Amino acid sequence: MNTMIKEKKSNQKNVEQEVISAELEENNMKVRVENFNFYYDTTQALKDINLEIKANSVVGIIGPSGCGKSTFLRCFNRMNDTISSIRYEGKIRIDEKNIFDDNLDVVDLRRNVGMVFQKSNPFPKSIFENIAYGLKINGIKDKNFIAQKVEESLKNAALWDEIKDRLHKSAFALSGGQQQRLCIARALAIEPEVLLLDEPASALDPIATAKIEELIHELKKKYTILIVTHNMQQAARVSDYTAFFMLGELIECDETNKIFTNPSKKITEDYVTGRFG
Amino acid sequence: MKKKKMEQFIGFMFLRVCIGLVILALVVILYDIFSKGSGVINWEFLSAMPRKGMTEGGIFPAIVGTFLVTIITALLSIPLGMGCAIYLNEYARKGKVTRLIRMSIRNLSGVPSIVYGLFGVVVFVQLLQLNTSILSAGLTLGLMTLPWTITASEEALKNVPQSYRDGSLALGATKWQSIRTNVLPYSIPGMLTGAILGLSRAAGETAPILFTGAAFYLPFLPKSFSDQFMALPYHLYIMSTQHHAIEKVRPIAYGTALVLIVLIFCMNFVAIIVRYKLRKVKME
Amino acid sequence: MERHLDEELSKLNTNLLKMAALVEEAIHRSIEALKKRDKDLAQKIIDDDQEIDEMEIQIEEEIIDLLALFQPMAGDLRLITTGMHINAELERIADLTVNIAQRVLEVADQPLVMPLVEIPRLANQAKLMVRRAIDAFVNQKEDIAKNVILSDKDSNKLRTVIMKELINDCMVKDGTTAPRAVPLLLVARDLERICDHASSIAEDVIYMIKAKVVKHHRERL
Repeated sequence: MNTMIKEKKSNQKNVEQEVISAELEENNMKVRVENFNFYYDTTQALKDINLEIKANSVVGIIGPSGCGKSTFLRCFNRMNDTISSIRYEGKIRIDEKNIFDDNLDVVDLRRNVGMVFQKSNPFPKSIFENIAYGLKINGIKDKNFIAQKVEESLKNAALWDEIKDRLHKSAFALSGGQQQRLCIARALAIEPEVLLLDEPASALDPIATAKIEELIHELKKKYTILIVTHNMQQAARVSDYTAFFMLGELIECDETNKIFTNPSKKITEDYVTGRFG
Repeated sequence: MKKKKMEQFIGFMFLRVCIGLVILALVVILYDIFSKGSGVINWEFLSAMPRKGMTEGGIFPAIVGTFLVTIITALLSIPLGMGCAIYLNEYARKGKVTRLIRMSIRNLSGVPSIVYGLFGVVVFVQLLQLNTSILSAGLTLGLMTLPWTITASEEALKNVPQSYRDGSLALGATKWQSIRTNVLPYSIPGMLTGAILGLSRAAGETAPILFTGAAFYLPFLPKSFSDQFMALPYHLYIMSTQHHAIEKVRPIAYGTALVLIVLIFCMNFVAIIVRYKLRKVKME
Repeated sequence: MERHLDEELSKLNTNLLKMAALVEEAIHRSIEALKKRDKDLAQKIIDDDQEIDEMEIQIEEEIIDLLALFQPMAGDLRLITTGMHINAELERIADLTVNIAQRVLEVADQPLVMPLVEIPRLANQAKLMVRRAIDAFVNQKEDIAKNVILSDKDSNKLRTVIMKELINDCMVKDGTTAPRAVPLLLVARDLERICDHASSIAEDVIYMIKAKVVKHHRERL
């Protein structure tokens, strides 16, 4: 935050520098959403969304229920494809490649874009097998490699120390918060670059929530993260940028401190101050 | 307040009477069969051929015949039923066509078994030239059990949380990988239970095998699946309605009924054990 | 558990310390300028104040972000609001050193009305109180904060001594010294105000540590 302010100031001082850093930003964009529309049957769920996401940043997506934020998130790994009668328009580019291209394999896309769901969904297998699952279905057979990857993923998800003695016990024996971190570890094991979190802490108690939030703060060093959350305060705490959605439209997307201290649109202000409706 | 309590009392009494009547009927049937049938049960009855126009001897060929025909039924209805269920529940687009197919399957289970028997005669015995045989009868029974197996398997698949599928798809699994590794392992217990219950129903059917392979009286065992056979339910039917000395063979009829009931109970019991065991694995 | 907020809080601490160092330096230089009647140094103090002003704005923005983004509670909340208060107090102290520097510019070309003995002592006292108040904040030391508040009396006394001296020994005896004596009088008043601000910081530090309001209630100390 501090550095952001400094950046802004130095940019104001030096126009040349601003041009350079703008160019840098240009190259650093991990995800670009261009004129994106989404329809369920005849209802339009997302309307002309344009958004750019920097690599290694956390984007919080907030908005009232039914504003399309979860639908939007599920577009990035095309999980909506499982529903029939949906239609896309426009582009979502990840590393400049449009994910709706005909020659793009959805399976490859999902390997690159991990997802963690609202309700933790460990498979009814052991902790170890849960993490190894993604590796195995992707054709990895080397047992040593799998074991090493499982350990690494659990460490990255800040779960290793808590469960290293019971790797082969059922994942269902873990607490809710641990299960959710297991799901994050499972997503990390296949080395995605983008991580989608769909209200990952909505079913957790405050301590487990705090742990997940700290984890997100650590994870952004390696991944680009999109997080949908009902909880505005959570978006404020964890995200670098916040996007506010309403009725399928992206109302405003800006640096998180800007959204929560001085949003540009009145409707955003009404929402973040709880004056909505 | 008093009126309310009175209403409740009457309601509960009515429900108690209902359940009491059902249990009473069951007990009467079981008692009748056990008391009259257990007298003839001995090793010879179970292992010997029938003799002297079925007035003496055992029911061994009928036991073997029922067993063999059930195997054919299982071989047809379990794989086909599971396959259909997987297709309907996992692959088919939800729409009018799928709904129509599902409705037809439900309706098929209401078709009287004698109609299946007729169908078996036309298709298996005559059209496919399988003659009256274990194969024809087994296939007919298999067709009859299919709706049952499909419905039970679909229920089992529906019981697997959607989140297992989403979870594996999101990890880059193909649809088939997701079903094979993350749906089937957890739905097989339910599918098997349904299938076994279906089989136990088939094992007790008379009408479908009446024209397709069951024989009146064969004092020897079938040599292959294309031979005719004796079956417990059909044997029972003969002994209690068609025999020239009905009164004389009544104990044998009761003994057959008892064996048939025990056999079906055993199969249901196996189904319960399978479900219990596999469910426990799932829970862990 | 390690918290992301802790990182941000330690950043805030560091920035406040930097600002406090600048302010202390400004107090020190203002008295040096007076002692040496150094117009350049005085001008430099006035110019450098802009840096402190900028810093105040930056820290304030930082604190507003912390409040908006982290929704701090209990101890965190007291720490952040105390930081906000300290930030404002430090900036006012810096403004007072600018006042002193302006007085220096007025008297620099004239001889002193009296030797500077008590004023540097008061200046030292002010510097020390500011340093200690910040020390109490950073290290969360209640007793240091208490001492700062208690030593405010001494600074009042010292200022009264200086004023009496200037009025009785100079202005009453010789009215023409007034133009040279009044700036010194104002310097003494400014220094004493610096002590008041330091004491106010200390009060807030006690609130931060003990959640106890000692402002306007010295008996609660």
